[in-house]
Amino acid sequence: MVKMKKVLMCGNEALAEAAIRAGCRFYAGYPITPQNEIPAYMSKRMPEAGGVFIQSESELAAINMVFGSSLTGTRAMTSSSSPGVSLKQEGISYLAACELPAIIVNIMRGGPGLGNIGPSQSDYFQAVKGGGHGDYHMIVIAPASCQEMADLTMLSFDLADKYRMPVMILGDGILGQMMEPVEFKAGTKPEIKKDWILDGCKGRKPRVIKSLILKEAELEKFNLKLQKKYDQIKDKEQRCEVLHGDNSEIMLVAYGTPSRICRSVVENLRKKGKKIGMIRPITLWPFPEKEFKELAKNVKSFLVVEMNCGQMIEDVKLSIDCARPVHFYGRTGGEIPSEDEIIKAVENY
Amino acid sequence: MDKIFEKPESIRNVGTHYCPGCGHGIVHRVICEVVDDLGIREELIGIAPVGCAVIAYDYWDFDVTEAAHGRVPAVATGIKRSLPDRIVFGYQGDGDLGAIGTAEIIHAANRGENITIIFVNNTVYGMTGGQMAPTTLLKQKTATTPSGREQKIHGFPLKVCELLSVLPGVVYAERVTVHSPQNILKAKKAIKKAFENQIKGLGFSIVEVLSPCPTYLGLSPKDAVRFVGEELTKEYPLKVFKDIT
Repeated sequence: MVKMKKVLMCGNEALAEAAIRAGCRFYAGYPITPQNEIPAYMSKRMPEAGGVFIQSESELAAINMVFGSSLTGTRAMTSSSSPGVSLKQEGISYLAACELPAIIVNIMRGGPGLGNIGPSQSDYFQAVKGGGHGDYHMIVIAPASCQEMADLTMLSFDLADKYRMPVMILGDGILGQMMEPVEFKAGTKPEIKKDWILDGCKGRKPRVIKSLILKEAELEKFNLKLQKKYDQIKDKEQRCEVLHGDNSEIMLVAYGTPSRICRSVVENLRKKGKKIGMIRPITLWPFPEKEFKELAKNVKSFLVVEMNCGQMIEDVKLSIDCARPVHFYGRTGGEIPSEDEIIKAVENY
Repeated sequence: MDKIFEKPESIRNVGTHYCPGCGHGIVHRVICEVVDDLGIREELIGIAPVGCAVIAYDYWDFDVTEAAHGRVPAVATGIKRSLPDRIVFGYQGDGDLGAIGTAEIIHAANRGENITIIFVNNTVYGMTGGQMAPTTLLKQKTATTPSGREQKIHGFPLKVCELLSVLPGVVYAERVTVHSPQNILKAKKAIKKAFENQIKGLGFSIVEVLSPCPTYLGLSPKDAVRFVGEELTKEYPLKVFKDIT
């Protein structure tokens, strides 16, 4: 077998190339910084791959184009950054309701409002708690390197098809913009047979894909069916990385860019004899509760580090039923926590 | 004896939820007759809007989806670009197309998407209780214009065919009405052409259908029909606004 070459790419481009390699054949999006490399890359690569690229008139149009493409059985994706992802919430709710697979990429920037174009994680609540209207979830995946921007994009397409639901890839401005060597691994799993698509009713009964359920008690029944699926995902798809889980007194908790900084903090403090480790959630929904519960048996306290004012910390507390002290250190508004700041925070607790 | 009239294959054998005298049932049927005539039922994907026609999928016997309010042209774009050899049409009301979905319709038209849009203009929001629509006439009373639509407060009635026909991406735009049997036949001819254009790959076609809503016009079915024929057609003239096919 020929060894795949590593290529130097920015995270946004690695994600876009991985999407093509995962069989994505429809992309619609609207320009917004810091994710512009994704549509630019797609505009070039998608026609080469025999797919469709559309620069839409708005985020609303983009997500609804993805809705249309997905219901034909096509692997479809859209991307944006925070203010644009707010606009996509309507469509995400409809995708969840119609059980349509789709990939939504959010390369987060500082908010609220127009905020700034600095890296941020302030859309965590929006991503994992719903965002749009109604009782639904999407799977939320958090890469922490350019390599993961590629690998986890491929995984996201598989999960979206497997569970017939929208999957969000939640990155930040740094992950999108920074360059690292990337190796594209073999493609995704064979696509699951989609026997629910709309492609004309030749040789079969007509199908309907819709989200309006007016009949009494029918919507409740449907929502409970969705919850059952979500329970299955919570059971099977929790993913995280743990450093020094077996002999740490304090565990840092971070995903995405802050997890890279926390990794250095752990290495440096370990050299000084500090019993410190890190848990890095890779799936933010489902949140890796099982691992947190395990860790809480031995760890004395947790320190959650985020690029926001404290959002994931709530899920950490819930995961361990507040059995251990959970502290927080964060920077907001497009600012990045430094290693020194985090070390200081560790020393404070 | 020869059968000269029957239910189209594309329409389900069920009663509709529409009010007595509503035009939606006629438009649904005309679309189905055209679909049968062109033999495209098995390659067709229809998109129902938010509004009174939202459950059109209960009446149409082919593949149908349902878009968020106003997003029919974006959903149609996604479907058609993914399956260019299928026939895709959107069914939209005046609030859906002319208010909340104005951006989507203008840009789908301007891109020249090879789709067919059937736009039903009855000048009111039916599903939500008869509020003012973008196409409500000046002085027309609705749930949200109790003393009649005033230009200073609510602006002018929106002329969709006039607006879209100036876009180079639009190959065919015609306004018809279903207030009389003669006009229903003309409407059928226009709708058929709008589908044929798509089959030939010519680009974006729209047929605007003036349609009675007796319930929220506050008129009897008979008077509502008269209103469409005599009043609505003054503000919204019946004509081919564009045909570059």
